[in-house]
Amino acid sequence: MSSYYLDHLQYLETEAIHVMREVAAEFERPVLLFSGGKDSICLLRLAEKAFRPSEIPMPLLNIDTGHHFPELNEFRDRRAKELRAKLIVRTVEEALARGIAVQAPGQISRNHLQIPTLLAAIEEFRFDSCIGGARRDEEKSRAKERFFSFRDSFGQWDPKNQRPEIWNLYNARLNPGENMRVFPLSNWTEMDVWEYIRKETLEVPKIYFSHLRRCVRRHGQWLPVNDLVPPKPGEQVAELIVRVRTIGDIISTGCVESPAESVDDIIAETAVARVTERGSRADDKASEAAMEDRKKAGYF
Amino acid sequence: MSVPLHHPVDLLRFNTCGSVDDGKSTLIGRLLYDSKSLMDDQVEALERSADLTGGGQINLANLTDGLRAEREQGITIDVAYRYFATPRRKFIIADTPGHVQYTRNMVTGASSANLSVVLVDARLGVIEQSRRHSCIASLLRIPHLVVAVNKMDLVNYSEERFLEIRDQFEGFLPRLDLKDVKFIPVSALDGDNVVDPSQNMPWYPGPTLLGHLEDVHIGSDWNLSAFRLPVQWVNRPNNPSDPHLHDFRGLSGQIAGGIVRVGQPVMVLPSGFSSVVKEILTPEGKVTEAFAPQSVTLALDHDIDVSRGDMIVDPANLPGSGKELHAQICWLHPRPLQRGKKYLLKHTTQTVQAAVTAIEHRIDISTLEPECEALELAMNDIGEIRLATSAPLVFDGYPANRLTGSFILVEPGTNATVGAGMLHPPTEVARPEYKDFSI
Repeated sequence: MSSYYLDHLQYLETEAIHVMREVAAEFERPVLLFSGGKDSICLLRLAEKAFRPSEIPMPLLNIDTGHHFPELNEFRDRRAKELRAKLIVRTVEEALARGIAVQAPGQISRNHLQIPTLLAAIEEFRFDSCIGGARRDEEKSRAKERFFSFRDSFGQWDPKNQRPEIWNLYNARLNPGENMRVFPLSNWTEMDVWEYIRKETLEVPKIYFSHLRRCVRRHGQWLPVNDLVPPKPGEQVAELIVRVRTIGDIISTGCVESPAESVDDIIAETAVARVTERGSRADDKASEAAMEDRKKAGYF
Repeated sequence: MSVPLHHPVDLLRFNTCGSVDDGKSTLIGRLLYDSKSLMDDQVEALERSADLTGGGQINLANLTDGLRAEREQGITIDVAYRYFATPRRKFIIADTPGHVQYTRNMVTGASSANLSVVLVDARLGVIEQSRRHSCIASLLRIPHLVVAVNKMDLVNYSEERFLEIRDQFEGFLPRLDLKDVKFIPVSALDGDNVVDPSQNMPWYPGPTLLGHLEDVHIGSDWNLSAFRLPVQWVNRPNNPSDPHLHDFRGLSGQIAGGIVRVGQPVMVLPSGFSSVVKEILTPEGKVTEAFAPQSVTLALDHDIDVSRGDMIVDPANLPGSGKELHAQICWLHPRPLQRGKKYLLKHTTQTVQAAVTAIEHRIDISTLEPECEALELAMNDIGEIRLATSAPLVFDGYPANRLTGSFILVEPGTNATVGAGMLHPPTEVARPEYKDFSI
């Protein structure tokens, strides 16, 4: 093996950096979606590397459902400050108050309300492109996503009519009002993300590591008990050593029982995992096409 | 639990192609299932949909057919990417469907592949699609081809039938430019020779499909002999806190070919300005040399005019340049390519206008011979064209370098990506615009 050789993580890194620089060069008003979750933490490190010694030439955006884990928001704000990046937060709360988003009767989850909130933020700041941390291995309809995913002026994804992506040539052209969602981590797996976090010694929110939490068993998974998820009559509250594998909002993120206390432990656990990462997300279990339907409506 | 070792694991990218019902999705499902790359909840979901819609039979195709319309119609619509790993290698699969938009899908899925798996239905043998897929693989210069003769269970695992199909294939292979072709008899439905050796075909002495994917020598696909860096982004820090950075001017991009070292003379094209590499930044920090396909930032000794779309090259090994281009093209759009039409052409990091000056021929897929007098190229057609561009391109022939020898055509207005082009080797070496400025 020659020394002019990239291992799989270096290859994925070089590909992601190429994609990010293409965004910086081709678009006028890009934004980077940063939630503080593990994928967007990798995204942020890649952005640092792509543009250094310059600062990241675009603001960060987070859509806050109001149902976030508090640990996540604290981490998000601190990381943005450390990088001296401009962080824009738009909340579902505000979108509800302004009538941009409307809650379905009886619906508690605000997951789908992120869509109008995000679209309104895109319009407010006239963003022409949003870099996101979605990965193709997460979910079946994501597996069909392009690096540069075109959205029409309604924010819609048309899976049957995607632009072919050939070699490393990305067609970034838009007409006014249209938007591009760009996914530099398209080819990364959950394992790659953790291996990168280890390699780069990246800090991640504490809830990824095992901790003691009160949970209830619902629909085959452990949901964290809190003000929004009170135990129902007859439900047993259990105190468990758990961690989260993927972070959605606090009412739909299932916890997994795990003793993993370090990134090495998580990598070892991921290597032998028998359930997919999104298996713990109630929002994806709604139906076989749950993600596809949200993406068509403008979800990232 | 054991923590995976830190040894480098390489990455094999491959695509699978075949026509409708050749069983591509089933084959991928089988690869994932038998290599234990599927998770319990995925298997559970398969079983759930088997109970609901499949009459109890697990449909491995449901694993990859992720869109609602695909499950409804039992077809694959768009390229789907799958990921799995064995202790030997990591794999990225592009599942490229074989119906209406087959060329478009295959070109998308295969342009960066190390290997293509072409599926053939053992009952049908070589059909037009098999020829087309092999032709595209050859055109795209995919280094390795596997012909998986599927549904061997439906021909009684007959060696005779397998050899017959191999002979059919070998009949037209000499007309293509494929270096490494491997034939494997499989049954994706039952798993014969996919991950585990078949008990039903003791006459086949070769490796299983997965065995071959793990072993095939991919070496380096990258051209390491001629340094090429298309400039993607100019890095000028705004108000840096570090005073050393006030005059920093970095040239960022992904190395498309060759190796670059600190102290090496370089030339910027098309201007022809010369300079010397002062500093190289990679994702891993400052280094003294970097190589394709690393994403780097170079600082040069002289403050010369360089912007996105320029190419930094080794002056001892110059690319070609010109405004008259000759290329092979795969047409990807329902609106045909016509002579005289204007498109936007994106090549490396620059976009120029291009007019089609001639359609030289279309390739007849059934004979693989050029067909003269083509007035237009329709969707899925492959042909040879000439283009005139609004500004000179600095390029290599596609056989020498996949990244500096390729381009896409974009339709103005709709912004649809309509064509994928591969340039013929240049007839003229790049001549700097300003020779006098050489230092």
